[in-house]
Amino acid sequence: MRVHARLPLALAALTAAHVAALAAPFLSPYDPTEQNRTLPYAPPTRVHMIDGAGRLHWRPFVYRMARRGDGEGYEEDRRRSYPVLLLARDVDLAGAARVHLFGVEEPARIFLLGSDGFGRDQLSRLLHGARISLFAGLIATALSLGLGWLLGTVAGYYGRWVDSVLMRSAELFLALPWLYLLFAVRAVLPLRVSSGQAFLLLVLLIGLVDWARPARLFRGIVLSARERSYVLAARGFGASDLYLIRRHIAPQTFGLLLTQAALVAPQYVLAEVTLSFLGLGVSEPTPSWGNMLAALQQYHVLVSYWWMWVPGLALLAVSLAYYALSEVLHQAGSAE
Amino acid sequence: MAGGGRAAGALALATLARRALHALLLLIGVSLLSFLLLELAPGDYFSEMRLDPRVSEATVRELRARYGLDRPLPERYLRWLASIARGEMGYSFAYGQPVGPLLWPRVRNTLLLTGTSTALAWLLALPLGAWWATRRRGPADAGLAGLTALLLALPDLVLVLGLLLLAVRTGWLPAGGMVSLGHEQMPWGARMRDVALHLVVPVTALVMGTAPMLVRYVRAGLADALDAPFVTAARAHGLPERRVVFWHALPAAANPLISLFGLSLAGLLSTSLLVEVVVSWPGLGPLLLEAILARDFYLVLGPVLASTLLLAGGNLLADALLLAVDPRIRSDA
Repeated sequence: MRVHARLPLALAALTAAHVAALAAPFLSPYDPTEQNRTLPYAPPTRVHMIDGAGRLHWRPFVYRMARRGDGEGYEEDRRRSYPVLLLARDVDLAGAARVHLFGVEEPARIFLLGSDGFGRDQLSRLLHGARISLFAGLIATALSLGLGWLLGTVAGYYGRWVDSVLMRSAELFLALPWLYLLFAVRAVLPLRVSSGQAFLLLVLLIGLVDWARPARLFRGIVLSARERSYVLAARGFGASDLYLIRRHIAPQTFGLLLTQAALVAPQYVLAEVTLSFLGLGVSEPTPSWGNMLAALQQYHVLVSYWWMWVPGLALLAVSLAYYALSEVLHQAGSAE
Repeated sequence: MAGGGRAAGALALATLARRALHALLLLIGVSLLSFLLLELAPGDYFSEMRLDPRVSEATVRELRARYGLDRPLPERYLRWLASIARGEMGYSFAYGQPVGPLLWPRVRNTLLLTGTSTALAWLLALPLGAWWATRRRGPADAGLAGLTALLLALPDLVLVLGLLLLAVRTGWLPAGGMVSLGHEQMPWGARMRDVALHLVVPVTALVMGTAPMLVRYVRAGLADALDAPFVTAARAHGLPERRVVFWHALPAAANPLISLFGLSLAGLLSTSLLVEVVVSWPGLGPLLLEAILARDFYLVLGPVLASTLLLAGGNLLADALLLAVDPRIRSDA
């Protein structure tokens, strides 16, 4: 019961994260690559309702950030307030008009989650980075489980030499710790690729390298399903292989398919983050949670600017949600 | 009876030998596959060199010929195998020396890190899991369930960065590397202490990453064993609870746990790769990353094969333990 109570929360969190990622251009106030060289590592902008004179404003506003006189950190320039605009319009780097959920007038900036070393808005980068990190994980999950399901079913259903060949090759893939395997295959691929290519490359890499684990699981289920009496009966009536797999074998694997998906999806998100963190994935200036976290490899960033940790917290939240989901699915599966 | 024991021992050895042969075949398969894979790669160390206008086409061709890169594929594979037999494992172009001498200290360091972590994780998981198994309701159960769930979901990268932050902030622990400056000049005892201090952050990360799963399995296995009739009988004889749990129930639950030991090694080595890079522990991880970035392919093959070897070795160890603990396994040879 306790575990089930968390299901709506987990599903809501995951849905919200993915929708926010899809709506990134609208939700984020700035272009994720837009730099403000005068505002490196600016702390999160404070949104005010009451100004210096004690007057209440009906519309929240911000002050412009300026470097302090001693050059250490930032202070607010209280001479002028900039109201937060809803559905703010601006022009992107390519010159096309766009609408954002919120924004402020220049020269003020609204960095709700601070800015990074190039003065880029962390919130905009987090949202755009989610597009890469979350969807790389999701698509890789579909690929890996799809391939694993197909090969596992074929091996379990047809048996004999097909089974031997497939399972021996699965053993080869499982003989390496999976991150080493991932790196070994990454080593073969070109290092310098554009961000779109890098995304595609990572998705294919992560999705195709890990087929062996799911294939083994599905093979086990299919092996036992194949010998069930109703399957044998259907076969006796002359049902074709395709019909048997579609109608009798495949439905028995769906439970495991869902549980596995919830289990491996966060691992694949983390795989993308890890590769990009180490400079083997999506590269600057395109944001991914991995290359955003890479800034923490410098000790002064690690210690001084807590808002640089935000992608890590987002990653943690997504992981927890997926984990709760997999527990619910696992319990539902074992209850059957 | 003695004769029967010897026969069983011989059978156990035969089983183990078969497993070792299997591991060897796997290793050869992995070597062939990874070699082929890397040969398929577009470009090598020297093609990067070609981007440099000062290096002429002829020089590159000459260099490739000198290192035998212009030979046909099977010959290169056999040459590489021969160099493995000599302990060289091919030639690193970036370092300008054979891979073997670069690799062995790294293997030793990774083994030190992962070995310490596995030992600590199990030392933590066994008593904690046993204690948990005897408390199936109440705040302790809920607390441990929540804590292990949180740790299981915690991404390794966030975990190790968090520990690094703690180390840098407090200044109690060294923040990276394996030894301090002047390590070579220290007396023997101080050197051990120095390495031990550097081990704390990576080992903590690995233990926190591995132990929660182990604790859960120990608890599940023991909970089943504690429900068995022989445990009720032991309790009815008035044996103290501690003796019942560790002496009677734990051996009954040992089999899946030993298999788990083998299975958990793959995850541990993967996590270790990341942890080593983040805290700059001079193990296989940083070497592999460096090799990939330099497109130094023989140097890529080294850590990849070494990790396969470590994993196969760990699994063989688990098999040996299983054979020693459970006589039933020997008969299914």
